[in-house]
Amino acid sequence: MRLNKIILSFVSALVILFSTSVASLAKVVGDKIILGAAISLTGKYSSNGVHTQNGYNMAVDRINSMGGVKVGGKTYKFDIIYYDDESNPKRAAQLAERLISQDGVEFMLGPYSSGLTKAIAPVTEKYGVPMVEANGASRSLFTKGYKYLFAVLAPANLYLDVAIETAVELNGGKPVRIAQAFEQDAFSQDVRLGILDAAERTGSKIIIDDKLPKELNDMAATLVKVKQMKPDVLVVSGHTKGALTAIRQIAEMKVDVPMLAMTHCDAAKLSKQHGKNSQYALCASQWHKSLTYKDDFFKDGMTYAADFEKEFGYDPPYQSAESSAALLVFKDAFERANSFDQKKVRDALAATNMQTFYGNIKFAPGGQNVDKPMVLFQVMCDASGSCENKVVAPLKWASAKLIHPIPKWSER
Amino acid sequence: MDFLVFQYPMITLQACLDGILLGVLFALIAYGMALQWGVMNIINIAQGDLVILGGYIAYFMYLYGIHPAWGVIVAPVIMYFVGIAIYKLVINKVVDRDLFISILATFGISILFMQLMNFAFGADVVLANSGYGTTMLFDNNVVLPNSKIFSAFISIVFAVCLVIYMKKSKLGRAIRATAQNARAAKILGVDTEKVYAATFGINAALCGVAGALISITFTIHPYMGLPYTIRSFMIVIVAGLGNLPGVAMSGMGLGVFEEFADYILGTEFRIGSVFLLLVLILVYRRFKLSRKREYLK
Repeated sequence: MRLNKIILSFVSALVILFSTSVASLAKVVGDKIILGAAISLTGKYSSNGVHTQNGYNMAVDRINSMGGVKVGGKTYKFDIIYYDDESNPKRAAQLAERLISQDGVEFMLGPYSSGLTKAIAPVTEKYGVPMVEANGASRSLFTKGYKYLFAVLAPANLYLDVAIETAVELNGGKPVRIAQAFEQDAFSQDVRLGILDAAERTGSKIIIDDKLPKELNDMAATLVKVKQMKPDVLVVSGHTKGALTAIRQIAEMKVDVPMLAMTHCDAAKLSKQHGKNSQYALCASQWHKSLTYKDDFFKDGMTYAADFEKEFGYDPPYQSAESSAALLVFKDAFERANSFDQKKVRDALAATNMQTFYGNIKFAPGGQNVDKPMVLFQVMCDASGSCENKVVAPLKWASAKLIHPIPKWSER
Repeated sequence: MDFLVFQYPMITLQACLDGILLGVLFALIAYGMALQWGVMNIINIAQGDLVILGGYIAYFMYLYGIHPAWGVIVAPVIMYFVGIAIYKLVINKVVDRDLFISILATFGISILFMQLMNFAFGADVVLANSGYGTTMLFDNNVVLPNSKIFSAFISIVFAVCLVIYMKKSKLGRAIRATAQNARAAKILGVDTEKVYAATFGINAALCGVAGALISITFTIHPYMGLPYTIRSFMIVIVAGLGNLPGVAMSGMGLGVFEEFADYILGTEFRIGSVFLLLVLILVYRRFKLSRKREYLK
């Protein structure tokens, strides 16, 4: 009996200790709003994971130094608990669970990549934790009826359909022949769906539709077909590997195609790694520093880029910019909700309608941002061989005129 | 299914040439694997990761302004010592053990290498530009990047040198003797410990050469090693151990097979078709063995 009592008191002591430790770590401690984020700091997404984290940190510092978040007449500062998800979806889901049930986090920031966001979203949804994410663009994230997921970026299916519309426009409104090669992952396949929609809308025909493996490092077969069938547009999406492999092999095999559109040129540092060979490639981007959106915290894209470079020593890729924007959205929602009640904050997020340096933000019922179009830039090189990305579409922000068709290799 | 490859003879030719050039490179990696498998009875799962590490050596030379082609000389030298170090630290403890233990050990090395490379070099996909240009054949209908031709040529040079070395040199003879019967070789005064270390070093050096060539022709990334391990395993399984012409032929055969699978089934089935072929060959071998057994009965 005595032993039972000892065990019972030991267990209850543990329970009390555990519950108090959870309480002490809850969402708002003193003047701090604690957000949670599982980010890929190691593993295959670590480069972009670090871009994401830098974006978050930059915004936290900026918002805190400019007065913080005002809720209920009191000023709060942001703080983030980070965990490394090792680029592994299972680990990301576990960490989301841990952030919520052990660390007591009540508001989350998204991880890097659609795959990891897909793993985390069911967890945040289960606990009713609002999550603002900046790096999961897959369309399937927004068709599941999630109520607590909000993405500041445009969905993947919108990445390259501007390219098809532009090609049709340049073709005098007549349909074009499209060749496409997409990696077999959630994101690239969504980009593909967007192209299929655009093709149907414009009456264009898809003449090559290749799927690339995850271990992709050779797409010679696709390019041989492109050489033979001479499409009007070649669309490639396979993350950084896809962009680098395509440019290398297109240059080596001297594949002539009037328009080449791709994703991830930024992340692949295309113009740096391939120099003049990457010239004329059209790239889809969520953001470019030359866009003229404005806000009170970062002013505009150019100022953001300069400040970011000063702090982290490199030009910000769009992954960082959109991550910073996620914090601005949270701040705005907390202040409008004027409360830390998760439901109220969720409703405030759903009603977001604001402009940030990154773009306009307004969420559709599915959680995706519907107020920010994608931009297309083209890699342009000068005679000395130094290359730059210039926005060419939509026309409102174009800083250079699209060069079309791409000059033949024999004429370069 | 797409039979475009058979409709235009030029595409058929292109696929064959691409496949052969690729296959020669695979054969070089597989030769290293066959050598060490034959001598030490170790299946090295980290083979592909050694290849990628070799690729990074060439890539860093390229970053520092040295032409990456010099990587085919520098990478094997560095990788030889990396191989010896791996042998001394891990492999010598598992060399006489069960095959399963060695697979586990090299699997561990593979994971460690991936993470270390990711930590040291970052997760970006990188490549080294050779600036070698392109060879156009048949009125520009068949296109061969010179970097692929260079890779195949260097692979052949290294393979030939290695064959001569194994035949003529003292160490080569010791390696072959150990492969035939380690115990007998030991009794006859061969220091098998040294032979094992050298064999693992030579294998790592071959991986280094192949890696440098891959950084010139394709792309490298810390997590891209496994497909190379699988391909070399496949080639060795088909060719059998200690059968160099077999390794070369099955390497090229696999290269051509992959290219055709790519054209006919689609790029997404490229690696899958290699697996399928592996399964078919293993089943066939088993079938052949069981018939032999029946005959013996």
